[in-house]
Amino acid sequence: MRKQRNNIFYGADLILILLYISLILLGLLNIYSVSSTSANFDAFSLSSRFGTQLLWIAVSIPIVIFVFFLEARIYERFATLFYLFILVVLAGLFVFGKNINGATSWYSFGAFNLQPSEFAKAITALALAKIINESQFDLRKFHSQWKVFLIVLLPAILIALQPDPGSSLVYLAFFFVFYREGLPWYYIFFGMFAVILFILTMIFGKAIMLISLIILTLISSLYIRFIKMRKFKKFGFDLLVVLLFSSVFVLSVDHIFNYVFEQHHRDRFMVILGKTSDTKGIGYNTDQSVLTIGSGGLIGKGFMYGDRTRGKFVPEQDTDYIFSTIGEEWGFVGTSVVVIIFTAFLLRILYLAEKQKNKFSRVYGYCVASIFFLHFMINIGMVIGLLPTIGIPLPFFSYGGSAFLGFTILLFIFIKLDANKVYEW
Amino acid sequence: MRRGLLLFYFIIAVSLVFIFRLFYIQVVNEEYRISPLNNAAVRVNYDYPERGYVFDRNGILLAANQPSYDIMVIPREIKNLDTLELCSLVKIDKEEFIKKIEKSKIYSPYLPSVFLSQITKDEYAYIQEKMYKFKGFYIQSRSQREYMVNSASNVLGYISEVNDDLIQKNPYYQSGELIGTQGIEKQYEEILRGKKGMKFIQKDRFNREIGPYRDGLFDSLPEPGSDITLTIDIDLQQYGEKMMQHKRGGIVAIDPKTGEILALISMPTYNPNLMVGKERSKNSVKLFGDKFSMPMYDRSLLAQYPPGSPFKIVNALVGLQEGVITPETSFYCYHGYQYGSGAKAFMACHCGVVNYPIKLEMAIYKSCNSYFANTYKRIIDKYKSPSKGIDAWSKHLNSFGLGDFLGYDLPIGRKGHIPTSAYYNKNYKNGNWRSTATISNAIGQGEVLTTPIQLANLTATIANRGYYYTPHILKKITDKPFTDFNQKKVTTIDSKHFDPIIDGMFQVFEIGTARYSRMETIQMCGKTGTAENFKRINGRKVQFEDHSIFIAFAPKDDPKIAIAIFVENGGFGSTIAAPIASLMIEKYLTGEVLRTWMEQGMIDKSLEYQYQKQLFSLTSFEKATK
Repeated sequence: MRKQRNNIFYGADLILILLYISLILLGLLNIYSVSSTSANFDAFSLSSRFGTQLLWIAVSIPIVIFVFFLEARIYERFATLFYLFILVVLAGLFVFGKNINGATSWYSFGAFNLQPSEFAKAITALALAKIINESQFDLRKFHSQWKVFLIVLLPAILIALQPDPGSSLVYLAFFFVFYREGLPWYYIFFGMFAVILFILTMIFGKAIMLISLIILTLISSLYIRFIKMRKFKKFGFDLLVVLLFSSVFVLSVDHIFNYVFEQHHRDRFMVILGKTSDTKGIGYNTDQSVLTIGSGGLIGKGFMYGDRTRGKFVPEQDTDYIFSTIGEEWGFVGTSVVVIIFTAFLLRILYLAEKQKNKFSRVYGYCVASIFFLHFMINIGMVIGLLPTIGIPLPFFSYGGSAFLGFTILLFIFIKLDANKVYEW
Repeated sequence: MRRGLLLFYFIIAVSLVFIFRLFYIQVVNEEYRISPLNNAAVRVNYDYPERGYVFDRNGILLAANQPSYDIMVIPREIKNLDTLELCSLVKIDKEEFIKKIEKSKIYSPYLPSVFLSQITKDEYAYIQEKMYKFKGFYIQSRSQREYMVNSASNVLGYISEVNDDLIQKNPYYQSGELIGTQGIEKQYEEILRGKKGMKFIQKDRFNREIGPYRDGLFDSLPEPGSDITLTIDIDLQQYGEKMMQHKRGGIVAIDPKTGEILALISMPTYNPNLMVGKERSKNSVKLFGDKFSMPMYDRSLLAQYPPGSPFKIVNALVGLQEGVITPETSFYCYHGYQYGSGAKAFMACHCGVVNYPIKLEMAIYKSCNSYFANTYKRIIDKYKSPSKGIDAWSKHLNSFGLGDFLGYDLPIGRKGHIPTSAYYNKNYKNGNWRSTATISNAIGQGEVLTTPIQLANLTATIANRGYYYTPHILKKITDKPFTDFNQKKVTTIDSKHFDPIIDGMFQVFEIGTARYSRMETIQMCGKTGTAENFKRINGRKVQFEDHSIFIAFAPKDDPKIAIAIFVENGGFGSTIAAPIASLMIEKYLTGEVLRTWMEQGMIDKSLEYQYQKQLFSLTSFEKATK
C-alpha cells in the first residue's frame, strides 16, 4: 500500500494513455508532412512548426508529472479559485491581449503566445464538477440550474467577445453533462428542436414550415386521441402552446439570421446549406479540403507525397484543417483509422467516467469526454464538408501549443482522478 | 446510467456518419479522384521530340520538320486579362477569342489546350515579347512537318490535331497535340513521333511553380522519333504522276522479288504541304469538299473497279490447274459466245479471229472473250453443282490475294470482291442459278471487283510464277531493314502453268493489243483491259467512256517491276494505260525515257472533257430536279 502511494502514476489507465500517445504520434506525423512544405524546413529547429510542436510535447511531460504529483482532492478544493482566476485572465485579454487573426485571444510572452481559452475548458469542467458534487445540488431544480448555466456562460461569453465564437461554441458540450446529471430532457429537446427548425426554415422557407407544423400538430393530436386513447384536453393545450411557439420562432428566423449573426457566419451557413455555392471565396476552404481528402482515394498518396498538401491548397492545413492531410496522404484507410482511434478514446473516457465512485470525478470525466467529442465532431465535420466553417482545433493533431497543453491537462487531471479512485470508499 | 447513454449514442452516430462520408468522398465518388499527375497541383510540361524524317528508297528526303509555335491557354489561370490587347496582338476578333476560350474550358479548365495553333516564326518573335502580360497563356514550341516533294501525298499522308475521341481512347495524347491521320504518318505514327518527354512540376495554390514533383520521380526524357526509309522510288512516283496529269485513276508498281511498293499513284492528287500549317483547315475543307474529282480519295488503294480482261489470265491459270484446259486446247470464236438461248444470252467478242481454232497463247494476246467464257464454264461445270464450282474457283483466286485485304502496311484499303456461292444464293432464290448466270466473271466483269494494288500484286504473282510477298511501303527504320513482310505467299496454282500464260502476255506486246507500246530493249509482258462503266443518274443507268486498264511486268525472265494501271474513262487499255505502263517500266529499269514522243503524248493527253461531261450530266440533272 505504501509502495503504491509512493508511485504517483499508480492506477493510471494505461489504455487511455496509449490511445493518447497514438493520437499524438499520428498528429506529429502529419504536422511533419505539412510543415516540411515550407522553405528551409529543418525538422528539429524552432523555426519549423514541427520543431515547435515537439517542444510543446516536451513541455507537457513535466506538466503531466506535476498534475500527477498533486493530491487528487486539491483539484476539487481549489476549483473555485481556479475558476475565478481564469475569469480574470480571460477578462484581462481585453486589456493586455494580443490580437492574432482578428481575435484578441492571446497573451504574448516573448516568442510564445498563450491562449487562455484553451485552459478555461478544463477549469470550467472542474468548477462544474465541484458545484454539482455539492450535497444540496439538484439539477432538476431551478435554483441549481441557473448556477451551472452561469458557470458555463461566463467564460463562454468572455471568449465569444474576443471574438472567438468557435471556442465558445465548445461550451455547448457541457449540456451533455447537465443532461447526464439530471437536467430535465426538455431543455435539450427544445434546444435541438429550435436548431432543427431554424435549419429547416432556412432551407424550405417559412410558408412550408408553418404548414408542416400545423399538419404535424394535427397528426400528433389524432395520434394521442385515437391510438393512445389519452384524454385530449390535457395534451391538446400543450400541443397548441408548442405550435404557437414554433410558429413564432419560424417567423422570426429571418430576423435572427440577419441581425444576430454576422455576415461571415451567414455566408458559411449558406454554403453548407447549398443555398449559395462559391468555390473561390468563403466556400474555398471547405471545397479545397474536401477535394484534397477525396484525392487521397482508398490508400492515399503516401507520406509526404500529398501534392495538394505540398501545393498548400488548403489554408490552415497544419491547424484546423490537419485532417485533410491525413485524408490525402493516408487515404480512407488513414482517415477511418483516426476516426476509430478517436472514437475508442472518447468511449474509454466515457466508460471510466461512468465507473467513478465519486460524483466529482464522474462529472469531471463526463466533461472531458463531452469537450473532446465536440472538438472531434465540429472539426472533422467541418473539414469533410458536413458542418459550417468553425475554427476549432482537432485535439492532439492540430498544431498549437496552448491547445495541446490545454487538452493534455484536461485529460490528465481526469486520469489522475481516475487513478485515485482506489483510495476512495 | 440510462442518461449516460445519450453521449454514447452521439459518439457512435457521429463516428459512423464520418466514416460513411469519408468512404463516399474517398472511395465512391469518382469526381474527387483525380490522379496526382493530372490535377491542379501538378502541372506537366511536355518536351516534344522531333518527328522522324522520311526518305525514299534511294535516300531522297521526302519529309522533314520546321519549327512552329502554338499559343497555349490554361483557362483557370487567366487573370486580369486585357482581352483587347491580346486580340490585337494575335490578330483575332473578340468573338473568336470567346469561342476559343469556351472551347478550352469545355476540354478542361485545369489543363493546357491550344489557343492558337501554328503561328509563324515572325509572329512568334513579337508575340513572345509580350506574353508575360497574359497570365494563363504561354507559347509552346513544336516541330511541324515540311514535305520536300510535291508528290506522293497519298503515301505520306498528313498530320492533324488529335480529336476528342482519340484522347479518350489513347492517354498518350493531350488536346492540341498532333497525330498522323493518314498514310505512313498514321501507319508509323509511333515510330515517327518518338515519345514526348514529361516534367511534372509541383505548384502551389497561387499557381506558382515550386519545384519538381516528387523530385522528378515520374519525369521522362523525350525519345526522338526514328527516321524511316520507304520502298517508294520518288522519281518513278513523280514520273507516273506526271504521266497521269489531267487523268484520273491509280497506278501501283511493285518489285515482285520483295513485294516492295515502288510507286503508289492516285490522281488527281494534292500538294502535301497544303495539309500543314495555319491554312491547313481551310485547305482541308476545300480538298475534302471536292466531291467530284476527290483528291483525298486514294484510288490506288480504295477504288474498286471491275478488273476487265487482265482477269482472264487468272481464269486461264485456274483452268490449267483444274485440268479443264491445256495450252493446246482450242476454241472457236463466233464474234462472241452464245451461253444460252435467245439473243440476250450472247457475249460479244472483238478478237476478230474467226473460223480459226484459238489456243491459249493467242486467246491472251488477242483477248478473246469466247475462249475464256468456255474455260470458265468448264471450270464451274467440272463440279457437281455450280455452287461447288464457284467456291473452288474463288478459293484459287483468294490465294492471289484477291477478294480480301492484302495486309499491306498502309492504313486504308478495300477488300475488292470475288463472289462465292453464298453470294449468288443470296441473289438468286432457291440456288436456281448455273455457270452461265455468272459467265461475266470469265472476262473480269460482272461481280468481280479489284483494287489497283490487288491487280498489281496479281501481276507480281504472275511474274514470280506463282508466289508473292505482301506489298509493303516501309523499307528501313533508321538503318535497320524492315523484315515484317518477307514471308512468301504461294498460290494454289502450280508453277509450271505460268509459263504458257507468260508467253501469251509477252505476245501482247509483240503482236497483241499492246504492240504499239513495245520496246526493243526490254522484254515486257502485259495484258490490256477495258471495263465498262456506268453511273446511276436519276435512277437511270448511264454509260460513260470505258475505264482503261493495263497490267505489265518486265523483264520477262527476271522480273524487276510489276505494274497495274487504271485510268478512269480512258477508253481502250491500249490507248492510255499500256503506254504509261511501258514508259514507267522503261523509266524504272533504264533510269531515263528515250521514247520522248510517246512521253509527250501521254503528258498532253487530257481526259478532262470526259470528266466535264460527267459533271455536266450530273449538274444538269440536279438543275432539272430543282
